[in-house]
Amino acid sequence: MADQIDWTALAIFLFFFILVTVMGFFAARWKSGPVSEHLDEWGLGGRQFGTWITWFLVGGDFYTAYTVIAVPALVYAVGAYGFFALPYTIIVYPFVFAVMPVLWKVAHRNGHVTAADVVHGTYNSRGLELAVAVTGMIATMPYIALQLIGMGVVIKAMGLTGELPIIAAFIILALYTYNSGLRAPALIAFVKDIMIYIVVLVAVVVVPAKLGGYGAVFSAANDAFTAKGGATGLTLKPSQMLPYASLALGSALAAFMYPHTLTGIFASKSADTIRKNAILLPAYTLLLGLIALLGYMAYAAGVKVSSPNDVVPVLFKVLFPSWFAGFAFAAIAIGALVPAAVMSIGAANLFTRNVWKSYINPGISHAGEAAVAKIASLVVKLGALIFTLFLPVQYALDLQLLGGLWILQTFPALVFGLFTRWFRAEGLLLGWAIGIGWGSWTAWSNGLKPLASIDLGGASYVFYVGLGALILNIGVAALATVVIGLISPRSATARS
Amino acid sequence: MWILLLVPFVGLLWVPFYNFQEPALFGFPFFYWYQLAWVPISSVLVWLVYRSRAPDEAP
Repeated sequence: MADQIDWTALAIFLFFFILVTVMGFFAARWKSGPVSEHLDEWGLGGRQFGTWITWFLVGGDFYTAYTVIAVPALVYAVGAYGFFALPYTIIVYPFVFAVMPVLWKVAHRNGHVTAADVVHGTYNSRGLELAVAVTGMIATMPYIALQLIGMGVVIKAMGLTGELPIIAAFIILALYTYNSGLRAPALIAFVKDIMIYIVVLVAVVVVPAKLGGYGAVFSAANDAFTAKGGATGLTLKPSQMLPYASLALGSALAAFMYPHTLTGIFASKSADTIRKNAILLPAYTLLLGLIALLGYMAYAAGVKVSSPNDVVPVLFKVLFPSWFAGFAFAAIAIGALVPAAVMSIGAANLFTRNVWKSYINPGISHAGEAAVAKIASLVVKLGALIFTLFLPVQYALDLQLLGGLWILQTFPALVFGLFTRWFRAEGLLLGWAIGIGWGSWTAWSNGLKPLASIDLGGASYVFYVGLGALILNIGVAALATVVIGLISPRSATARS
Repeated sequence: MWILLLVPFVGLLWVPFYNFQEPALFGFPFFYWYQLAWVPISSVLVWLVYRSRAPDEAP
């Protein structure tokens, strides 16, 4: 990494950063509503986002800055296995199409703001509501920290050192989120996504042209992996196939359980908005697939980095003039602001609705909810900042991994209730607890690897631990529902 | 028509379908262009289901 400051890149970077900051503050007036008077306004942007705004918002929020850094880094490090993000972000959309419009209708009809609201509305169980809310808040925190880490990587690539730039960026983010709520990231997402599209389209055309075409890119990567050996290569080793498929499926089922993605769903105008987005959002997946290939392009360009996370910034610096590198870094850094803002809003909504309103002040007014959520969003972001500054990066990565496993355990409580009332709240709560317990313990005892193995008939199968925990979770929930049904009559807890 | 939504799951989660390098296309090994090709295919499948379903009742 260069040690001196790249002034051209920095100037371009600052220009775009300041542009979106101004937009963030003015967003409060955009599609205007009384932002401080109702949580629907601050926390869901007035529930009025149509197809295009939702497309930009969810796209900007789901395909995070960290993705742009981490996916090519993993592909650079291990090859084909790092591509599981591609099947994951394809199969997620048929699922979104089938399930999320139903969830939207339930939320819209009852004025629900969070997943935990929906669960409480369905099962009338404070315990299950709290379980879903706490899981969402805890899973979100390391995710926000990762966005900061992604931003830190590009700031470092421009030659800026120290923690001050990150702190400054974060204070700005916190203030306009506080001021404008979900409208700020929704508006900034337009700029961010257009910038990212420009960067990636230029990269996937220009970079292979400079390096001798995609054939040369793949063969350079192939040579590097052949030399490196181990579980790397342009295709999967037989032992990697089940981990690959189970990671893709588990991640796809978990993706729209997170508070930030659900906030995008709840904020849309209609169920049809969500259906159209399930058709249109895969455009970002195409982009993601091309971004992943940057990891291979690094080999063709002869880029060598000690930390794989530096692979994208270094590649851009090597191949592009300073001004375009600065533009690309701004795109990535702004790309971190959108999800970080939506994540903190999602977590703040959960805290306000399902902790504060449920346990501390049930009689809170609409304006009171908005006020609590605004403060909560500051606290959540401050927590993530402290996390980033004082704990090793590896902790954030490990916690993010566990967060994915945990959030997946809220799937049965949230999704099953949309289609059947057969499950009992106590059963779902027990399934959630056992899924989280078994999954965390397994991941922990394997040295925080996302894979678990099981021996069946003499053969050993390795799979994504989150998916295993989900299957266990569902099994326990079903069994407990049957047992509870035998002990106490149905009408005691069911509400329809 | 809703069964179409399951097709991408089969096409992408059964890895032995596509875990090889040949035939390559525009320099992309099969593993890569096959998965990238599923992006537009899935969009079209979801669109077909979208088109075939009855519209929402008035909100």
